[in-house]
Amino acid sequence: MRLAVSKPPKPLVSVKDAQLHYRVGSAFSAMRGHSSVVKAVDGVTFEIQKGESVGLLGESGCGKTSMGRLLLKLEEATGGEIEFAGDALSGLKGPALKRYRAKAQLIFQNPFEAVNPRFTIRATLAEPLENAGIPAAEREGRIIEALELVRLPQPQQYLDRYPHQLSGGQLQRVVMARALILQPDFVVADEPVSMLDVSVRAGVLNVFRDVRDRLNLTAIYISHDLALVRYVCERTIVMYLGRIMEDGPTEDIVHEPLHPYTKALVAAVPVPHPDQSHDPLPIGRGAPDPRNPPSGCVFRDRCPLAFDRCAKEAPALRPAGSRKVACHLF
Amino acid sequence: MTETLLSVRDLKVSYQVGKGSIDAVDGASFDVPRGSIVGLVGESGCGKTTVARALTRVIADNASITGGQILFDGQDIAALPEREMNALRWRDIAFIPQSAMNSLDPVYTVEYQLNEVLRRRGGLGRRQARARCEELFEMVGIEAGRLGDYPHQFSGGMRQRVAIALALALNPKLVIADEPVTALDVIVQRQILDQLRELQSMLGISVILVTHDISVVAYVCDRTVVMYAGRIAEAGPMDAVLMEPSHPYTMGLRNAFPDLKGAASGVLTPIEGAPPNLAFPPPGCRFAPRCPFAVETCTTQQPALGMVAPDHRVSCHRADEAAKLRQEAARTETWLADA
Ligand SMILES: Nc1ncnc2c1ncn2[C@@H]1O[C@H](COP(=O)(O)OP(=O)(O)OP(=O)(O)O)[C@@H](O)[C@H]1O
Ligand SMILES: Nc1ncnc2c1ncn2[C@@H]1O[C@H](COP(=O)(O)OP(=O)(O)O)[C@@H](O)[C@H]1O
Ligand code: SF4
Ligand code: SF4
Ligand SMILES: [Mg+2]
Ligand SMILES: [Mg+2]
Repeated sequence: MRLAVSKPPKPLVSVKDAQLHYRVGSAFSAMRGHSSVVKAVDGVTFEIQKGESVGLLGESGCGKTSMGRLLLKLEEATGGEIEFAGDALSGLKGPALKRYRAKAQLIFQNPFEAVNPRFTIRATLAEPLENAGIPAAEREGRIIEALELVRLPQPQQYLDRYPHQLSGGQLQRVVMARALILQPDFVVADEPVSMLDVSVRAGVLNVFRDVRDRLNLTAIYISHDLALVRYVCERTIVMYLGRIMEDGPTEDIVHEPLHPYTKALVAAVPVPHPDQSHDPLPIGRGAPDPRNPPSGCVFRDRCPLAFDRCAKEAPALRPAGSRKVACHLF
Repeated sequence: MTETLLSVRDLKVSYQVGKGSIDAVDGASFDVPRGSIVGLVGESGCGKTTVARALTRVIADNASITGGQILFDGQDIAALPEREMNALRWRDIAFIPQSAMNSLDPVYTVEYQLNEVLRRRGGLGRRQARARCEELFEMVGIEAGRLGDYPHQFSGGMRQRVAIALALALNPKLVIADEPVTALDVIVQRQILDQLRELQSMLGISVILVTHDISVVAYVCDRTVVMYAGRIAEAGPMDAVLMEPSHPYTMGLRNAFPDLKGAASGVLTPIEGAPPNLAFPPPGCRFAPRCPFAVETCTTQQPALGMVAPDHRVSCHRADEAAKLRQEAARTETWLADA
């Protein structure tokens, strides 16, 4: 009897030790002992399989948007390597870069900032088609198709309107339609519903899930809200000060967070009914300072479990059961 | 002394826009019991800030209170001359504006800004004011050593704590906080809410907490007032309103909120459509165009705020069928646009 050896599938996206360090402030502030480098992304490694949806979760400023921009090559990594379908992003130029731009799309946080207020919805959606060289005769059909995909009923009625004549939820669907119109393989959605009212948010999230499944999209969903990430992603990556703290199945993270930071993050999420814990959070006060991260483990100044080694040595991201955790306790 | 600190009766506030006007708040009634936190919840544009500002009478230039009463400790402050009203502000009623974090004056230290209230408004001397500043900072959990810092030297969460310290400066009876945690990360949000709750019970004050997030209401509030399109949809004890809502809009809100403690397979159900344009509100119930339970009467007659329990009011023509509607509302199909 022969054992079938299943080789792990080749990942669509592969990120190895990625860094994005921004230079900030003046030489003067550097002289005064303030570091003049913000390590927005600092040694991040993960892979994404085709068709997977991964949530990028963490507090404001932890590097989620920066990571998203690296993945879309909107920003050049200052270290490490990112590959898409086997090709290094750093080497993409000319026509290859143009093809990548069509294949990998960004959905912005604020729909009103994502579109040109002087363009009608038709012009907004025609632009990427035009850039991709789609003949004019085909465009209208593609536009209608894309609007139907995001479940805008009777799409014709919106074509000649301007963005301010749509509600936030409708406009966010248009923004999604624009990201999807060239049939990308990969989308990065950066807090796509944070500007929307709750009663319409659910509709946009449902459209996102539905479209992703129908087109077998690979997706990164950036958010600081674990409840939303859980709704759209089977896997979650938790970031803190530019690094990955924990990476694993979302349900496992929700029910049994391992990393001390993830534990606090999960405990902090309020739920819409009275049956919830009011215990103090297992985390120190204060906000992470990206200019002066602590030595060793970047979380140690707020970690209730920190011990000697945490100040001396940065924990590596290591496998722990179903996931990976960066903490000396695992 | 009665149990009720604040009683809002049929409050109307309108904004002058061009030649016309919009009734942003059109007959709002609710109570704030002493020593409680009341959550005023609803979606963007429903009139939460307008109500909150009307209660302190710090309203926009084009706004006016066109009707109703605001009974504070039994006195109608809607009718109070501005001079007397001004004497109540900070001392009796303190207001923390929406995005208070960003409304601290960047050119003055926070101690200077606290002193403005303590010395100018409260008449404290230099020494007393300093002691009070230190006490206030301790209350909100910031080291007194940072009193001399400027707002930009604090994180967003700390600025929000400073705003709370400022509101508490003169020991008010009522604090009105407009979206105090909306722009904050979950961890900071939780820490601020814990602080607010602790101070509220320690000082025995009442708080009106304006928010669009029913999870925030569920976490800290004793009572809930749900607004929709300028009116009160439902008001009552927090758990009764959230767990056994009697207004279809509240039922819909519950379905639209993710619940981290709930089943993974739970589906979020949106409320189709959007709130009405307040310049041309629909006749009858304002929720009718989006309500899956609307009947004939709903489109012609405005529902009154009626009692479903001694302490629980609802404005819906079908409030007496609430138990049945709740069951139907729990099903996603009920809310599909063309059902
Ligand atoms: N100065 C103003 N002039 C005209 N209309 C206004 C003015 N301020 C608010 N409005 C309108 O009044 C209604 C209620 O606004 P309000 O700011 O009270 O809503 P809100 O519930 O606090 O919303 P949010 O959650 O977005 O803060 C809205 O339709 C709004 O557009
Ligand atoms: N263009 C930039 N120049 C300098 N610093 C930046 C820039 N963009 C982001 N940063 C900094 O990098 C860190 C991560 O930011 P960001 O990726 O936007 O985080 P998030 O999306 O998680 O909120 C923050 O400290 C932020 O201030
Ligand atoms: S490595 Fe140390 S400081 Fe970092 S999370 Fe683990 S225990 Fe806490
Ligand atoms: S009054 Fe009618 S339309 Fe309004 S909420 Fe009740 S059932 Fe729905
Ligand atoms: Mg961001
Ligand atoms: Mg408001």
